[in-house]
Amino acid sequence: MTLLSFSGFGLSFRRYHGLLASCETPVLNDIAFTIGRGEVVALVGASGSGKSLIAHAAFGILPPNARMHGSICLDGQPVDERTLPALRGRRMALVPQSISHLEPLARCAKQLRWAARRAGRPTDRETLARHLEAFGLDGDAAKAFPHQLSGGMARRMMMAIATVGDADLLIADEPTSGLDDENAEIVLSKLRGLADQEKGVLLITHSLAAALPYADRVCLIRNGRMEGEEAACAFDGAGEGLRSAYARALWQALPQNGFQVAHHA
Amino acid sequence: MAELGERQTLEPLILPRMDNRVRSFAAAAVCLFLILLIPVAALMAGSAGVAPDFTARLVPPDWAHWFGTDQMGRDMFARTAKALTTSLWVGLFASACSVLIAVVMVLVSAASGRWMDALVSLAIDATIGLPHLVLLILICFALGGGPFAVTLALALTHWPRLARILRAEVMQIKQADYIISARHFGKSWAAIAVGHVLPQLVPQMLVGFVLMVPHAILHEASLTFLGFGLEPTSPAIGVMLADSMRYLTAGKWWLGLFPGLCLLLFVLCFDAVGNGLRLIFDPRTAQT
Amino acid sequence: MTRPLAQSLAVGLAYRLGRLAVVLLLVAAVAFSLAKISPIDPVNAYLGDDIARVGPEQKALIAERWGLNEAPLTQFVRWAQNILQGDLGYSMIYNAPVSEVIASRFWTSLPLVGLAWLLSGILGFALGVVAGANSGSWIDRVIRVYAYVLSCAPTFWIAILLLLAFAVFLGWAPVCCAGPIGVVPEDVTFSDRLRHLALPLAALTVFGVSQVALHTRAKMIEILNLDAALYARAQGATKLDIVLRHGLRNAALPAVTILFASLGELFGGSILAEQVFSYPGLGQATVAAGIKGDVPLLLAITLCLTLFVSVGNMIADMLYRLVDPRIRDGDLLTGGDHG
Repeated sequence: MTLLSFSGFGLSFRRYHGLLASCETPVLNDIAFTIGRGEVVALVGASGSGKSLIAHAAFGILPPNARMHGSICLDGQPVDERTLPALRGRRMALVPQSISHLEPLARCAKQLRWAARRAGRPTDRETLARHLEAFGLDGDAAKAFPHQLSGGMARRMMMAIATVGDADLLIADEPTSGLDDENAEIVLSKLRGLADQEKGVLLITHSLAAALPYADRVCLIRNGRMEGEEAACAFDGAGEGLRSAYARALWQALPQNGFQVAHHA
Repeated sequence: MAELGERQTLEPLILPRMDNRVRSFAAAAVCLFLILLIPVAALMAGSAGVAPDFTARLVPPDWAHWFGTDQMGRDMFARTAKALTTSLWVGLFASACSVLIAVVMVLVSAASGRWMDALVSLAIDATIGLPHLVLLILICFALGGGPFAVTLALALTHWPRLARILRAEVMQIKQADYIISARHFGKSWAAIAVGHVLPQLVPQMLVGFVLMVPHAILHEASLTFLGFGLEPTSPAIGVMLADSMRYLTAGKWWLGLFPGLCLLLFVLCFDAVGNGLRLIFDPRTAQT
Repeated sequence: MTRPLAQSLAVGLAYRLGRLAVVLLLVAAVAFSLAKISPIDPVNAYLGDDIARVGPEQKALIAERWGLNEAPLTQFVRWAQNILQGDLGYSMIYNAPVSEVIASRFWTSLPLVGLAWLLSGILGFALGVVAGANSGSWIDRVIRVYAYVLSCAPTFWIAILLLLAFAVFLGWAPVCCAGPIGVVPEDVTFSDRLRHLALPLAALTVFGVSQVALHTRAKMIEILNLDAALYARAQGATKLDIVLRHGLRNAALPAVTILFASLGELFGGSILAEQVFSYPGLGQATVAAGIKGDVPLLLAITLCLTLFVSVGNMIADMLYRLVDPRIRDGDLLTGGDHG
């Protein structure tokens, strides 16, 4: 049951080159993957490999000088300017990368209510308080401004805001960056839990090791290209089950596998 | 605050179909040409606009006198061209002096440490804390009016905004590694200020200069209009508009309309040139 | 959280007030020296047309009584002392104590400047928000051209155009003054007052609107490109939703800041507008004092305006820190220069 699919997807930016000439700088190429219901798919790549842009492309919030090609489909329907208004917040939701994505001048409870209203969900106080409770957030956290929350709390608040619309597809952009192991675990198991409730989760991260225990499948991205898609369980032993050389190299370079630098990569 | 760095541009509206930057450069070039045309027109007019002709007083605009004539029969078009030429010189000279003041202030404050820096920032506050026009009136009052007084007054009042921008820039440059290492090699702050900091300020200075000219020109006109600036006999936009006030109620509209309109267009042209320059020198605003 | 806030507020306020005092002193010193080097002789200016009937001995006597022969520093100290005691001096051209002249002129100017300030704030903000929210559209272009052209136009020329159009040709408004000629100010009716106020107010507002609108527009575009607005879009917010919830919230404060910081330009504008419409306010008094060499009045007005404008700048600066919760939790003093 495919929920979201990217096929032949690419992205480039129009930039000024010198004073007057402009040129297209390609950022992403040949991106193709799918997410089914009940699945956590991890999109793994180094910082600056264009992972976040994939999330932004799905929500149609790329900067105006970006050019897109290929197709993105949700439930077989193309995701574009026409269909997006009905999809954003209601069918798919984004867990943003950093606290700067929350309104700095509004209290968190208010922003949660905004998100609920935008997704067409009930906005009464009890429902929202119960929703926050599920993420271990109390009234004090709700009354705080975003910058007053600690890193872990802020991340859970963003998760709460993203899930209040009860969307089928959740795209989490670096949900564990800047978190200690304990908080990262809380966040990732929440995402896993959502997938177990028949939702689709796209986990965008730079850390293969952190993603593996929670993901079903892993897509590797390097320099704006897909470097193969692997089952999470194939990352095992010496990586014999891995199909791509890059995945094997990445796997063997992990600390627990002895930092082996693969020669054949 | 209306900083020089935050000005908006008009050019994208004039030629909507061209590329943003081509458009800005084209507009800047056309405007520069128009500005250069004014002194030429003033020169070609000869004595027209200055010599009175009492047979043709207060003539409405026609083919012989595009902008009409004034109460002494002087051709308003030639007079406007001459007035704008005066404005141009006053504006350019005053702005150049003002930029110089700003740069010296900032460099001295950068080179001589905390006390001087506090003093400069206080001077900026004091100058900004007084309405520009009042300070201009005071200075012209002190110097007794005339082109020299106006130019000096403009030079003494227009530096704070550029100084603020430059000061921020210098603060940044001072943190740069090579400056710090130059300091470790025993170079004095004065040597660093002139050798390393000054060259980096040139683009900001140039853009600041061109964007300051329209401000200076507008203030010159205002000051002259109020009776503190250029002599009431000289061709100047402020004088012409002040004179026109006596004839407006009699319906002599051209006396009030054209000089002001030309001044407005003149100022817009300068702004366009300034923005074109900024596009070249300040890549941050050029990214979109 | 409240105690540190109150504390840093008090410290910040004390610092700023101290700085304000220094700025005032500096302006007083500069203004006084400028008045001293002026070629206009205060005694001659005082005598005016009576100059022919007064001999050099009498002039010397007046100079002596005014202390004009003492060292400049002594004169300055005495003048400053008098000011601190509330004695602003005597205005020669209005033949009244300076404090009275300023007070009466202030009350005439207040409705003009105050209303222009409010109107340009409200209209400018509204126009800026509309333009910024629809940047690139035709309505943005119209607003931008309007604001941009007017911000480059000489204020007094706009006043002249308004005078030509509405007073001379259409005859809707009077050409001058704050009330009908020949009527004592106390007898001027409210509607008359309003009619005389309309054109100078329009001239001043038109100028102020463009400043606030351009800044609000730029700010609005910036806000709508921030992560928070981007995320709101990803949540399915409509444009109106984003503008109302994120845009207004973030753009209001900079607009108010601009409004406070632009008091100086507003006063400059009011001098010109009052001159064009012969509106007997503080601005016209400034010009008269400068032209006729009424030094005590000119200096007093300078100090009053400096106080006003500097307090405006100060409020702008503090507002900036006070209302934003991110800065409020920190130190009010950090980053003293944000302009």
